[in-house]
Amino acid sequence: MFQILPKINVDWMGIRKPLVAISIVVLLAGLGSAISRQLTPGGTDAFNLGVDFQGGTVITAKFKQKPSVDDIRAALNNAGINEPIIQDSTDKTDEVLIKVPLLEGAAQSSSEQETVNQVAAGRESVKNALNTFGAEARPDLALPDDPNASYKIVGTDSVGPVAGAQLRNQAVIATLLGMIGILLFIAFRYDWTYAAGAVIAVFHDVLITLAFFSIFQWEVSLTVLAAFLTLVGFSVNDSIVIFDRIRENVSLHRDKSIYQLTNDSINQTMSRTIVTNGLVFLSVLALVLFGGEVLRGFSLALFVGSIAGTYSTIAIASPIALWWQGKLGESRMKDVAAKPVQTGEKLASASRKSVTRRPATR
Amino acid sequence: MITLVVTLLGIYLVFGPRRTPTSADFTWTGIKANLAENINLGLDLKGGSHLVMRVKTDEYLKTLTENNAQAAETAAKDAQLPVTSSSVQAAGSTYTVTLNLGEGAQASAVAEEVKKKVDFVNWTESTTANSITWSLPSTHQTLLKNQAVEQAMKIIESRINAFGVKEPTLQRHGAESSGQILLQMPGVDDPERVKKLIGDDAQLSLMKVVSAPNPSPAQTYPSEEMARQSLGGAVPSNRRILAYIERDDSATSANQQDRPKQFVVVEYPSVVDGSELRDASAVSRTGNEGDYQIAFSLKPAGAAKFGDWTSKNINNYMAVVLNDEVKSIAFIRSRIDDQGEISGTFTKATADDLALTLRSGALPAKLEYQEERTVGPSLGADSIQAGVTASVAGLIFIVAFMLIYYRGSGINAVIALILNMLLTMAALIVFDSTLTLPGIAGLILGIGMAVDSNVLIFERMREELVAGNRVADAVQGGFDKAFVTIIDSHVTTILSSVILYLYGSGPIRGFAVTLILGLLINLFSAVFVSRTIFGWLLSRNPNMEKLSI
Repeated sequence: MFQILPKINVDWMGIRKPLVAISIVVLLAGLGSAISRQLTPGGTDAFNLGVDFQGGTVITAKFKQKPSVDDIRAALNNAGINEPIIQDSTDKTDEVLIKVPLLEGAAQSSSEQETVNQVAAGRESVKNALNTFGAEARPDLALPDDPNASYKIVGTDSVGPVAGAQLRNQAVIATLLGMIGILLFIAFRYDWTYAAGAVIAVFHDVLITLAFFSIFQWEVSLTVLAAFLTLVGFSVNDSIVIFDRIRENVSLHRDKSIYQLTNDSINQTMSRTIVTNGLVFLSVLALVLFGGEVLRGFSLALFVGSIAGTYSTIAIASPIALWWQGKLGESRMKDVAAKPVQTGEKLASASRKSVTRRPATR
Repeated sequence: MITLVVTLLGIYLVFGPRRTPTSADFTWTGIKANLAENINLGLDLKGGSHLVMRVKTDEYLKTLTENNAQAAETAAKDAQLPVTSSSVQAAGSTYTVTLNLGEGAQASAVAEEVKKKVDFVNWTESTTANSITWSLPSTHQTLLKNQAVEQAMKIIESRINAFGVKEPTLQRHGAESSGQILLQMPGVDDPERVKKLIGDDAQLSLMKVVSAPNPSPAQTYPSEEMARQSLGGAVPSNRRILAYIERDDSATSANQQDRPKQFVVVEYPSVVDGSELRDASAVSRTGNEGDYQIAFSLKPAGAAKFGDWTSKNINNYMAVVLNDEVKSIAFIRSRIDDQGEISGTFTKATADDLALTLRSGALPAKLEYQEERTVGPSLGADSIQAGVTASVAGLIFIVAFMLIYYRGSGINAVIALILNMLLTMAALIVFDSTLTLPGIAGLILGIGMAVDSNVLIFERMREELVAGNRVADAVQGGFDKAFVTIIDSHVTTILSSVILYLYGSGPIRGFAVTLILGLLINLFSAVFVSRTIFGWLLSRNPNMEKLSI
């Protein structure tokens, strides 16, 4: 059988410090970007929040010959409006709804006048875009009556956010509670140190992906939120696979140090890691390249997240678990030869604390 | 055997029609049509209805002002303070309550007494020699109006979601002061029923009927004019005239509508109203269509008030009023604390909808529809097409890889994967869930973990084979050892998804639902089905020397 890297033997724990350093650099870059963007007046916000989160303007446009949604989107993009939400009106087939987010650098409207200005600005920018299809009808004429016109803006209104502060907070709380659930369960099945490692790895993945979103200003929409939840799942899954192998190895090879066993576990599961994560990576790559522009935020979140996930399992989850165990029971992780354990012969089983934490030096 | 049954069931649920199958269902177009019909696609994938409505916040403030005025007068009179009358101004942006004082009244004392019972906290108070005026400042007006709109949005959302998790989008629309709401929701099956459900202002009140007590019959008037006459020609602020159709059990439900209306005079404000409702449900003694009632129960505060009032009003008549129409009149036999029934000639659907509307709370003010249309998917049909193409490409790649890398066993994995997807779709249909893009994200994770499960098992089997085990043992060992890992990772993820479902809403719930279903089904397909196939292979050739993996 053809195997990928069957006999790999890398000292992963040995290079953990450089790996962690890379993570920290990226995280700091993201933090720096977020802070500097937020503080620069009139510049961009920390994150490019879409219409879903910020609200914006909804414009109803009526066409004599309605172009396809594709064409409208292209026209809007060319005019500098990114990430509009375009919906065909299916019962009034000559009309189209266009939602554009609040324009660059604008804060939430604090007064009526602000809102009015925002709406007017939104309308102007959409008008500029739609002018590529022809002229707008004169204000006093209905569309059919104006022979030179090809469209008319029949409705302009501001819209509030779909996912306002309340849904955002709720999302964050729900996710944090979910994380606590994961923490408790992994602690129950394995050990507190591993639970901590897994949870920190997940935070790492989410923060790294957020860092990329802030630096490159990719749009954060509701589906991107779902993508984040997906990458949490992937990360936890990855971590558990390694932990399970560590657990099994610890019970089988009681003479080896946990340091060595962790390396072994990662190396032994490398085949699986490459295949699964490779498949995920390539599928998400297909989505990024061919999935179209509206799904771009979503697919990019998955893309960065899946890379970060694989990385964090090796570079973050296991080292943190080891480090914590070291603080609790061992003075140095690297060269510890474990004392033989005096408990009775135990078969490799899936029972919990007995096999993961090294007893304090006796 | 189980596998086969489950597979066929899955195929039927996903691709089969919900009615008696015809031959057209077996064609390619027929299958596609059934698939489209069976799966509920969300707003982002398919589009739906688009409604703009206005919350009548000015009416809300008017009612509030009137209620406060009435309550203020009653409070003062209850405390034996000399108050002659109250008047209200509720127009434009002025909302005031004026209490006219009688002889020897101390304005401050009266104000104190009133404020114990009526909420005038944010109103500005001003007194003259013989009157106290409370007026609502404009900042507070805006606050109350916004609160009313936010509350309306919450209630509308809960009413729609009671239909099944629909993931509607609700946003404020237009200028802040306009009180407009934009609602978009998937599906346009029955827009009228949905409009009724959203806009129906099922306002329940229990009010005292102005009439001689039992054993005299309840005082009704054949026309509104005569009712007004009895009040001296004009309706005072603490009375209302409402229409009443007497229920006649002998008449059929069709005839009930045509019965002549009568009119009753009731005291205003009500004894208890809809906000004190704890629960409401549709019940029926006979089970016949057209013979459903609404049983309701009151919250503790309302129950206390009601019990108090009923014990003081034995033998008086009480009207159960729904949307300003008297549904039934009964006399108080004894103290009633917290339960009651609205009788009427409701059909089951009407009674259910009404009970739901009552349960989710009364809308703070009536709604006015301003714009109504149907819209296409918010993702844009173009990007959905691209997404589908990319996903299919991804899946084909995965299948190809599994076959090439794991050879014969790869077929096993592919079968498990296809079964997983089929059954997850079927499960979604069974639970009548709406599929949105976040839901698809959940599916992606589920498929990812399914692929991972297979990879875990196969890699383990390879290790066992390399270590020199026989094929039969390698298969056993592979499954057994990988099983622990698979269970751990699946349970962890299902656990956190359940938490997400309980504490999240909207897209987060959609994600959680598809993920939980996908993972549960994966435990079945990746482990049980896969193992069964290997078992079958082994049973045909127990001493298999080489495994195609």
